[in-house]
Order: sequence, then C-alpha cells, then structure tokens
Amino acid sequence: MADLKSPANILTVIVIGLFAVVPFLAPALGEPFYVLVFARIMIWAIAAVSLNLIMGYGGMISFGHAVYLGIGGYAIGILSFHGINSAWIQWPAAIGACAVISLIFGAISLRTRGVYFIMITLALAQMLFFLSVSAERYGSDDGLNILSRSDFGVSFFSLEDNTTMYYTIFAFLLASVFISWKLVHSRFGVVMRATKSNETRVEAVGVSTYRYRLTAFVIAGVMCGIAGLLQANFERFVSPDMMNWPRSGELIFMVVLGGMSTLFGPVTGAFVFLMLSEILSTWTIHWHIIFGPFLVLVVIFARGGIHGLLTRGSDRE
Amino acid sequence: MEARGLQKSFGGLTATDNLSLEATRGEIHAVIGPNGAGKTTFVHLLSGLLKPDGGEILFEGRDITRLSAPARVNQGLARSFQITSIFRDFTVLENVMLSVQAGQGHSFRFWKPAAKDESLRTPARELLEKVGLGERTDVVAGNLAHGEQRQLEIAISLATNPSFLLLDEPMAGMGPEESQGMIDFLKALKGDYTMLLIEHDMDAVFALADRITVLVYGKAIATGTPEEIRNDATVRAAYLGEETA
Repeated sequence: MADLKSPANILTVIVIGLFAVVPFLAPALGEPFYVLVFARIMIWAIAAVSLNLIMGYGGMISFGHAVYLGIGGYAIGILSFHGINSAWIQWPAAIGACAVISLIFGAISLRTRGVYFIMITLALAQMLFFLSVSAERYGSDDGLNILSRSDFGVSFFSLEDNTTMYYTIFAFLLASVFISWKLVHSRFGVVMRATKSNETRVEAVGVSTYRYRLTAFVIAGVMCGIAGLLQANFERFVSPDMMNWPRSGELIFMVVLGGMSTLFGPVTGAFVFLMLSEILSTWTIHWHIIFGPFLVLVVIFARGGIHGLLTRGSDRE
Repeated sequence: MEARGLQKSFGGLTATDNLSLEATRGEIHAVIGPNGAGKTTFVHLLSGLLKPDGGEILFEGRDITRLSAPARVNQGLARSFQITSIFRDFTVLENVMLSVQAGQGHSFRFWKPAAKDESLRTPARELLEKVGLGERTDVVAGNLAHGEQRQLEIAISLATNPSFLLLDEPMAGMGPEESQGMIDFLKALKGDYTMLLIEHDMDAVFALADRITVLVYGKAIATGTPEEIRNDATVRAAYLGEETA
C-alpha cells in the first residue's frame, strides 16, 4: 500500500474508473449491453471480495460460498412472491437469513480443517441447493420471477431506475472493498491473518481462534448475501443455479485469478473472468476449450494472481 | 507449577508414566532424557495441546488440568516450540505485537488499524530491544537468521506477560556460538520467570539449571541439583553414561 503508483494500484483505479463511467460510456459507444455485463461483474465482485476475506486472509477455503448468493436472492424472491416488496423488510430479512445460516454452517464446518472443511462447506451448500430445487411453490429449478424490485418507499430513490440500480451496486462494491480493508488491518484482521499463517502459535499466545474464524465466516456470509440480494433485484429473477456448486467454484477462481489476500484482487478477478467468458463466448460456442487452459496457465504461472504478479517484489498489502 | 502423577498413553505406548515434577518460583528446572523419553509429550501436556489420561497439573495453586491451551497462556503459562513457530510473513515487530494484543483482552475490534496502535507497538519494541532484536523490528520474520528466529520465538512467548516459561529445546539447530548467545540470554531472564527447560544440549543444561529432572521411558528417574545428577549412578547408567562412554 506504500506506493500509490504501483502497477496493482493503477490497475485498481482503472477498473474502478471503468465501473464508474460505463453507464455513460457504453451507450455512447453503441454498446449499451455492456452496462448489464458490468453490473453483473460488480455483483460477482462483491461475492468474490467476501470469499477472499475468509479464504485469502483467513485460510478457510469454502467451497459452498455461493449458497449465500442464493439465500440473499431467495429472501428477496420469496418475500416478493408473497407480495412483500418493501426494502425495509426484504433487506434485513435477507441479511438476517444469511447471518443465521452462515453462523450455523460455520459452527459446524469450522470444527474441521483442510479437505474436510472444503467438503463440509460444499455438502451444506448443496443441501440448500437441493432444497431450492424441490421447492415447487417457488418455481423449483425453473426459478422465480420477481415482478418489482425492492421498494424503499421514497420518491427520490427507486431501484426500478436502471441507473440507480447500477450505482447502488457500485456503491456496495466500493463499500465491500473498504470494509475489507478496515477489517484486514484491524486487531480482528491481525488475528485472522496470523491464524492463517500459524494457528498453533496464535493459540499459544492465548487466543482461542474458533470465535474469530466463526465471526469472519459470518461477516463473509452476510457480505455475499448482499451480493445475492442485489443480484435478485438486478435480474428480477432467482433460481437454484445461483447457489449450485459450480458457482462456488467460479468464485474461488475469481479470487485466485485476481490475487488471493490482496484487497482488490477479487474485483479484478471477477472482471477478467466474466469479461473473458463474455468475449470468448461471442467468438465460438466452444469457448470453454480456450477458457479452461487459460485458467490452468494462470494457476501454474501466476501464483498470487494478477495483483500478485503486479506487486511481485514490492510491499505486500 | 506442579505436575502430579501425569499419565499419557498412545495406543499401547506409555509416553508419560506417573510423572510428578515441581518447579518452584524463579528457578530454572531442566528436563533431560534420551530420545523417546517423552519430553515433548510432557511439554504438550503442560501447555494444553494434549490432555492427560490421569493426574493433574497445578499452576500457582489452581488446577489447570482441564484448561485449553489459550486459557493456560492467559493464566501466565507461556511456551516456546522446538520447531521454530513464528509468523513468517509478518515483520518481527508484528510477531510480537500480536502477543501484546492477545494480552490486552479480546480482539473483536474491527475498525482501528492495529499496525499504528502505539499501545501495541511500544511494548513490542521495548521487548525486542530487551531480547536484542531491536535493530531487526521491520524485517520479515521468515528472512531472519536461524538464531534470530529462535530469539523471536522466545520474544513472542515473553510478550504474553507470563510468570512461567516452558522452553522446548530453545537451542535446537544452533551452532556453538548461537547456543552460547541463547544461554546468556536465558541467564539474563533468570529470576524474572520460572522456567522449565527441555533441552538436549548438556552444556546449556548444566550452565543454566538450578535443578534437573531426568526422564526415561516417560518416568522421572531422578531429580536434583546439577551436581547431584552428575554423580547419580542410575542417571549415569540410563543416560549420561551413553555420552561419556
């Protein structure tokens, strides 16, 4: 962080700048479709930032993190289905549901380590995925349409306006990065990072790590749930697919691609991942043949991801 | 600190067999024994990484047998590790600051940057001066020389403000010169802390210890002053004999 003009920080500013101007730039260039693409990227970026909190800074590789996208999304979808559209009910409900479920899932899975942790987070997430598939009332695997976006009940702020929706997502993205930055450098963050580095030693200086890991797990779950509630609002649609395990895998990939344990890496990762799949899929329907090997090469040659590559040798964040 | 009748088996192997030991305030009490004598198991039992099958551990009059490892540290019982256990990607100062932070109560503080917190930096810096790492505070711990890492290891433990130090082979992997440095360092700490010193290096043990307990097959076969241990026939047969023969 010491050098504001480091390549990684310049990249950060460019990506944020792009997000900020796309609603004006894309229509002017005759590509209004990219406003949608960028909104989606930002939503995934929030989810990736939240995963990086526990995975990058806490060493907890959750393979079920997309479940909180689903919980946040379905909270909006189900309430809207029952005619409750007020954001003042929907949003606290979505956040509360994510907090409770991540607390339960975390309390169970954090008793394990390594591969077992990965498998348990996956299993717990798939449990809710199958629950959503079997919920016929809420559309099963066809998903659930949302007729109107969350209503804040004021005239000057309506998510039905697409530009407002876009900049709301943008604001939440900036907030998620800022909050991560504060958390990571706080006393709480020091315990997190130290636990990732050497848990036995942390316990040997008198800190019970479980409570801290669980707290981080819940914070990440809630942050990802906010991405989910934004996604439901933005797409006006929720489906079980948004919490199926490949989504969790993609989130892990975005984090690794952009740079684990770097503040802005997950955002860059989400950006590159989704832009690339967007562009490649317009070239050929067999785009996975190019995308797959590319991801493999990144993992092999760019340890530390894009931001790791750019900060190599200089100060760590 | 007192261990009474400690018992620990792994499957059919008895690693600690009715072991009793007392370390009085301010002394350096060394525990020696051949490989496989159960020294490391004993350290883990005292520090709380393992729970004994039987017996009890008293610390400053309280029974701590069932306390977790972190809870014991908070009571004032700190340990160092045989295999250097530091935060390799933290700076030297950050390593010690974490211990200071742990000693100041819970770390559920989510907003203020810890790195600039003088209530953490000042005590950490003072302690590092004291252990001779004052010039190395901003070095990333993984880049320190081996001997310096061993010093940092102990500094991290000291920063928890213990009354009792459990030192698991502090001279491990050190050359003669580094060992001598560590001996001088521990001598300087003597009196401020009660120390239980697990060590292979006999020069270090006889230079430092007030009393020595000899461990063989999980049993304490003798306890006494260095002079008594040197002249003890059972000890010579069981242990020291191997080296002098």
